Amino acid sequence: MSATQESSANTAAGAGKFGDWLFFNLTRLFAALTLILLAGIIVSLVVGSWESIQKFGLSFIWRQDWNPPMEEFGALIPIYGTLVTSLIALVIAVPVSFGIALFLTELSPVWLRRPLGTAIELLAAVPSIVYGMWGLMVFAPIFAEYVQPLLAGTLGRVPLLGALFAGPGLGIGLLAAGIILAIMIIPFIASVMRDVFDVTPAMLKESAYGIGSTTWEVVWNVVLPYTKVGVIGGIMLGLGRALGETMAVTFIIGNTNFLSTISLYAPGNSITSVLANEFGEATPGIYTGALIELGLILFLITLAVLVSSKLLLLRLAKHEGTKT
Amino acid sequence: MELLIRRKFANKVALTLSMLAMGFGLFWLAWILLTTFELGIAGISLDLFTKMTPPPGAGEPGGLLNAIVGSAIMVSLATALGTPIGILAGVYLAEYGRHTWLGNSTRFINDILLSAPSIVIGLFIYAVYVAKVGNFSGISGVFALALIVIPVVVATTENMLKLVPDTLREAAFALGAPKSTVILKVTLKASTTGVITGILLAVARIAGETAPLLFTALSNQFWSLNLNEPMANLPVTIFKFAMSPFKEWQQIAWAGVFLITLGVLGLNIVARILFRQKHKN
Amino acid sequence: MNDTSQNMMMNETVAQLEAQMAFKSLDFYYGKFHALKNVNLEIYKRHVTAFIGPSGCGKSTLLRVMNRMYDLYPEQRATGELLLDGENMLDRNVDVTVLRAKVGMVFQKPTPFPMSIYENIAFGVRLHEKMSKSLMDERVEWALRKAALWDEAKDKLGQSGMSLSGGQQQRLCIARGIAVKPEVLLLDEPTSALDPISTMRIEELIGELKEEFTIAIVTHNMQQAARISDYTAYMYLGEMIEFGVTDQIFIKPTMKATEDYITGRFG
Repeated sequence: MSATQESSANTAAGAGKFGDWLFFNLTRLFAALTLILLAGIIVSLVVGSWESIQKFGLSFIWRQDWNPPMEEFGALIPIYGTLVTSLIALVIAVPVSFGIALFLTELSPVWLRRPLGTAIELLAAVPSIVYGMWGLMVFAPIFAEYVQPLLAGTLGRVPLLGALFAGPGLGIGLLAAGIILAIMIIPFIASVMRDVFDVTPAMLKESAYGIGSTTWEVVWNVVLPYTKVGVIGGIMLGLGRALGETMAVTFIIGNTNFLSTISLYAPGNSITSVLANEFGEATPGIYTGALIELGLILFLITLAVLVSSKLLLLRLAKHEGTKT
Repeated sequence: MELLIRRKFANKVALTLSMLAMGFGLFWLAWILLTTFELGIAGISLDLFTKMTPPPGAGEPGGLLNAIVGSAIMVSLATALGTPIGILAGVYLAEYGRHTWLGNSTRFINDILLSAPSIVIGLFIYAVYVAKVGNFSGISGVFALALIVIPVVVATTENMLKLVPDTLREAAFALGAPKSTVILKVTLKASTTGVITGILLAVARIAGETAPLLFTALSNQFWSLNLNEPMANLPVTIFKFAMSPFKEWQQIAWAGVFLITLGVLGLNIVARILFRQKHKN
Repeated sequence: MNDTSQNMMMNETVAQLEAQMAFKSLDFYYGKFHALKNVNLEIYKRHVTAFIGPSGCGKSTLLRVMNRMYDLYPEQRATGELLLDGENMLDRNVDVTVLRAKVGMVFQKPTPFPMSIYENIAFGVRLHEKMSKSLMDERVEWALRKAALWDEAKDKLGQSGMSLSGGQQQRLCIARGIAVKPEVLLLDEPTSALDPISTMRIEELIGELKEEFTIAIVTHNMQQAARISDYTAYMYLGEMIEFGVTDQIFIKPTMKATEDYITGRFG
């Protein structure tokens, strides 16, 4: 009797062991799959754009002309558009998000904190196509009629800076795209900042108040340095979104591959908008290859942003022990 | 004393600016949502849910039936495909690979995929599948969306499993349970709500994604359930219609945008309520 | 010693005492919860006053009234009077930043700011005074010396405050508090997170600091109160049960409740 019991226990243990082994390797397989996926993306994009890489080499990055009939392709204008619109977005979104986070953690009446915070978080979930469509149909006409003349009449008169606001205000263009991107990424950056401000220990804030700091001095000198890792992470998250955003930009950037001025009023193109507009109609061969190479460049830019932010955070963490 | 006045003034200015920033943020977001709701609701009609997308300039009323169905099919298939992969990879990260080479690299790469531009995912599927097969297809759209689901589910699964206290794991091991049983019956079970929350958020994310579908599922003016053909879907239809010069198309686009916004916000709210209820107990 | 001489001695002591702070029928509320009930008390200049009592008796709350820290939380409020050098600090017109420059505070756990050791001290000074770099250097050194941290920290002033050990961090926080040159220093269980050796150093420090500052300390450690304080207040359920010279409270408490608590029969 005891023998049979033992053997059944043994098989159960054996099955358990095999199940364990199977389950472990199954999960490991799919974890490895994620790794392979990244390699796959890069390899497939390189392969897909090989024709263009071979023909233009590195000069692809700084060539200006984009002429499908002549099979001449250069990425300068889309790269410029992507970087400029993202930069405009950050310049607007970072201070506004900081203000929102400051309001939500220090100023807002307690009963308002939760609903306002939730509203901001929900807005981060609104699909980007909504921002794009709204930007084109509602924002651009109003922007052209009221805001652009106003900016041209004020900032436009400042030497040097003025060149950025010169020319006819069409509504659509690099500046408008940057502003729409800013509106889109504000909820992302603001909710990350709010979250990290919230975890600052109350006692640390109280000690700063305890030596007579004002609210602003506490936030600027103590809370912000204490949370800088999280704040930088949030900004990088927003930058990543802005760089890779397609729909919010495509609707409103103007979609032209010619750029002769540094004015932000000028229409332009971003990597994503070129892809969204032209890929469907592109003839196979070098045209498609050039477009895929644009995608590859975009991926490498976002990769570089992410990796450098991780490295920065690592260095900050290391620094923390010895120096500030 | 002068110093004090200046400090007070700086504080006032900063706090006022902070309030203005809050107002600035809410102003745009309220404006966008109001427009979407106003124009969207105006475009809602029975036709929207019963008729196909209209041909250009036809003048006859059209709807979004094929696009709605197409989106529903692709989103569900992509979720069904991406979720198990994401959960298993997430389990590996949290339960087996916390400090292993594979675990750390996967975690890092998952972060990269999580923030990779979705249009690049579309290009990837185009390069490895669409270009090889030779035509745009619903199934390639499913692949692209699934690739967006996976990193979201991996990240939430890992985070939720990490929230399970080690004492619970130890208690299960102390009963002599094998590791796979502990994970499946105890830790994963303890974090079910969290994982479901993650899945809902992933669904919300792909429901509104346009860019990855542009080069994969493309769009289809007609009713089609064939996954090997281009498939109609809400986001690309909205993009096409909104950019068009036709008034009636634009109206349909607003209605579509309204439906998507409503769906995405709804999913987010459900996920939030689920998560909150769980963490109250 | 006969009765008269003892009385004379006590009168002499009292004559020298000057009240730095005083509570006049102070009540405090957390929302609806009545946390302090009609507290009347004087805190004497350049002496150490210890507050003891079981957890939740209101001793920390009382400390947080003294620099109006509770102002940060809208649901908390105090009524009555808190006099500092004869002026009511609970008056709405009183600027809390000015009050807090006069009444410094050190918390249960060390709270170095995320900046260098030097900046940790200079930060607070700069809030209230404008001074040259060399004067600031002097002030930082003065504060670190006062807090008995100079020898350990003088070679790494540029390093993060977080790089110090727990006991050093707490002394840094004390240095930061006194660098502003307050009149009163509030210590809220300042050694509860420290090891015995660090605790001893801080206790010694308190003995030196009372030469210049008025000190109010909350502690759950009875021996500590007995060792370092001149006056002790025993609180229970938000009420001031007994207040007096420390030796007297510990040797011969007048109230039965105080005696029970001190002798460990309760609490």
